[in-house]
Amino acid sequence: MSAAPLLEVEALDVAFPGRGRLTHAVRGVSFALGRERLGIVGESGSGKSTTGRAILGLVPWPGMVSAKRLTLGGIDLMALRPHEWLGIRGRRISMVMQDPKYSLNPVVKIGEQIMETYRLHRRGSRREARRRALDMLDAVRIRDPDLVFHRYPHQLSGGMGQRAMIAMMLIAEPDLLIADEPTSALDVTVQNHVLGILDELVAERGMGLIFISHNLTIVSSFCDRVLVMYGGRIVEECAASGLAAARHPYTRALIAAAPSIDRPKAELTTITRDPAWLQ
Amino acid sequence: MIEVAALSVTFHVGHVAVRAVREVSFAVTEGETFGIVGESGSGKSTVLRAIAGLLPTPRDSVRIAGRAVGARRTRSERRLLQFVFQDPYASLHPRQTVDQILNEPLAIHKIAGAGALVGRALADVGLGPEHRFRYPHQLSGGQRQRVAIARALILDPRILLLDEPTSALDVSIQAEILNLIARLRRAHRLTSILVSHDLAVVAHLCDRIAIMQEGSLVELLDVERLRRGEAREAYTRELLRASRGYSRAQAPA
Amino acid sequence: MTIASADPGGKISLRAWLADETPKSRTQAFLANLWRGVVALCSNPVAFGGLAVVLAIVLVAALAPLFAFGISPIEQDLAHRLAPPSPTHWFGTDELGRDIYARTVYGARVTLTIVVLVSVIVVPIGLTVGTAAGYLGGIVDTVLMRITDIFLAFPRLILALAFASALGAGLRNAVIAIALTAWPPYARLARAETITIARSDYIAAVVLQGASTPRILLRHVVPLCLSSVIVRLTLDMAGIILTAAGLGFLGLGQQPPTPEWGAMVSSGRDLILDQWWVATIPGLAIFVASLGFNLLGDGLRDVFDPKAA
Repeated sequence: MSAAPLLEVEALDVAFPGRGRLTHAVRGVSFALGRERLGIVGESGSGKSTTGRAILGLVPWPGMVSAKRLTLGGIDLMALRPHEWLGIRGRRISMVMQDPKYSLNPVVKIGEQIMETYRLHRRGSRREARRRALDMLDAVRIRDPDLVFHRYPHQLSGGMGQRAMIAMMLIAEPDLLIADEPTSALDVTVQNHVLGILDELVAERGMGLIFISHNLTIVSSFCDRVLVMYGGRIVEECAASGLAAARHPYTRALIAAAPSIDRPKAELTTITRDPAWLQ
Repeated sequence: MIEVAALSVTFHVGHVAVRAVREVSFAVTEGETFGIVGESGSGKSTVLRAIAGLLPTPRDSVRIAGRAVGARRTRSERRLLQFVFQDPYASLHPRQTVDQILNEPLAIHKIAGAGALVGRALADVGLGPEHRFRYPHQLSGGQRQRVAIARALILDPRILLLDEPTSALDVSIQAEILNLIARLRRAHRLTSILVSHDLAVVAHLCDRIAIMQEGSLVELLDVERLRRGEAREAYTRELLRASRGYSRAQAPA
Repeated sequence: MTIASADPGGKISLRAWLADETPKSRTQAFLANLWRGVVALCSNPVAFGGLAVVLAIVLVAALAPLFAFGISPIEQDLAHRLAPPSPTHWFGTDELGRDIYARTVYGARVTLTIVVLVSVIVVPIGLTVGTAAGYLGGIVDTVLMRITDIFLAFPRLILALAFASALGAGLRNAVIAIALTAWPPYARLARAETITIARSDYIAAVVLQGASTPRILLRHVVPLCLSSVIVRLTLDMAGIILTAAGLGFLGLGQQPPTPEWGAMVSSGRDLILDQWWVATIPGLAIFVASLGFNLLGDGLRDVFDPKAA
């Protein structure tokens, strides 16, 4: 990690009002990210996705975001006005979501969508944008970029769609990519192809990556560092390789709860939730 | 207990015929838990639905308890076999309480003493009387799946078909449901087939596993042999490697 | 709600009982669900407005003699014909000297009768045809939907007119004529919903339990179609009231001297320039009733919409 981190998050808090009281989805989350692959693991409701959205300023109304510090390369994200966000989202920070079916515009051809993203942030000519889009499709290892360029999203398989999505998100060369369950909708064999592409591009371009997932196996094998979230808090932070030696009882229980092909057991460990974990 | 012989299922989409399942054969003995693994589009769920009688199938391709069955079944044939669906958010009637959902199969089969049976079925899956009169939207995903399992078992079937019963659930909830299935399977001496995309889940519950790809059964093997890496087919090995997580060294170029 | 007003002392505990997340009995679960719907409906000001208007019309119709202060809607007073609105005749009198206020109040009865009878006929027909076509598919679907298409191919008022004139004038025939023209959209709606519902896992689950087709349709499919049909019906009420008024206007509905809003507008048509109140007052009544049902329908749609819940 370099001296100045790419992203700094300190005491991030996201709350949603409802039924006359505030529900905290994220409570006092702090971490710093360099040009590395950071995994955020948690179950549904742990606040992992909301954390990702808060960084992008995309917490839906009426959610309330507060933080002592939320900076990207020195820019205070908390102080940004709506029009200033336009220069950040897609340009400096991009997001890949779970299902390409819902994140791509169904009535615009893939190539057009990628070109539009490029021209929005880089202001090149159409010809330049087209060349870059084809290069990008090639970079996500789409065998026939020309063909896919003229396809509509519904004409692509899940894996292809997600590759196109990654191409679109990376074309403006952002500093930070937030991937929210990018491979959960994909088949396992396709999953590893997409992860391989993501891995290579992130390393090649020196980006920071926040990889949000419920899947411990993937996160621990893909990322450098892992944050484990529970009830809106980070309960554990460790090197991905050191996950087996995790200290927090929740992390340990989460590992033990997943069935494993190589370590069969008669009964899976269930998690007994300790209210103290929320303190 | 269950015999599937040269089962083929063809769907007609407009004028195009899609062969979802091609000549699949296997047999499941009484008391066994049989696993079917495959990726999306492999036809694994279609096989399960054909066995359940939810799809039109040729009468000779599925035999249950020694008798050939098609899609049209008698009430007693239906009672032999029950099904747990993938998505607990879609498999419970949204306008019925848990109580109504569990009473329905008893009413259909005119079984007396429904009140006590429903209470017992709920207790069996770890739910209390406080859940009985709730609507599905008032329950968590794990609780809904428990209700779905209770609904399947309330008719005391001999066969339980499980279609990705935990893929919509969190890991910790998955562990609870898998443990529950394992316990009930023993208690009710069930024959079951578990379909999943997750090799680890199937390996955890099953003794024998069928690997399906693009509608065909490519390999049938014991869990032990799978663990020892003795899979014959390249596809099975790829599936096994992929389910162990991402590996930088083996990242496909 | 009725229990709440009957027992003010137990109101708070009753509300807690209804809001209970863990109901103890079938009845409590049902009432609690109903209560949530009522609360949601009343917390939407527009829907609440619509509900208030509809309830007001029902009340006026039910207690018409009371609201008309004993004035007869059919008694003629030729000496005071076409009197403008005044303290004695609030809305004036018509060409036969009948009190327009009393006629408007009594007219609500006719309109509500039509509304209720049409609903009672249209909903079962639409649901039966639609769910059967959607669930059974194949040849049943084709035949039923082509019949539906034939009815849909005619403009509604024209078809109603044709039926009404074939059956003869009169309230009962008007209702039948309107119902015959009103059911096709409901069949289409129910069919579309049924196709989605039929594919769902909870229907597959009852199929696997061995339920018969009528049982599945009646107990599992129809309750889910019902909410959108009711919404559609309340939104359609405006149209039904207008069709009824149209038939009345053309003399094919309720026969004189019984007051009917459409017929009242018709009789005031020639006088509109000099005695505006004769046609305007019943016209306003039609407008208010239609608007009330429309607002209520909008509100019900929001309440029934699972996405909003």
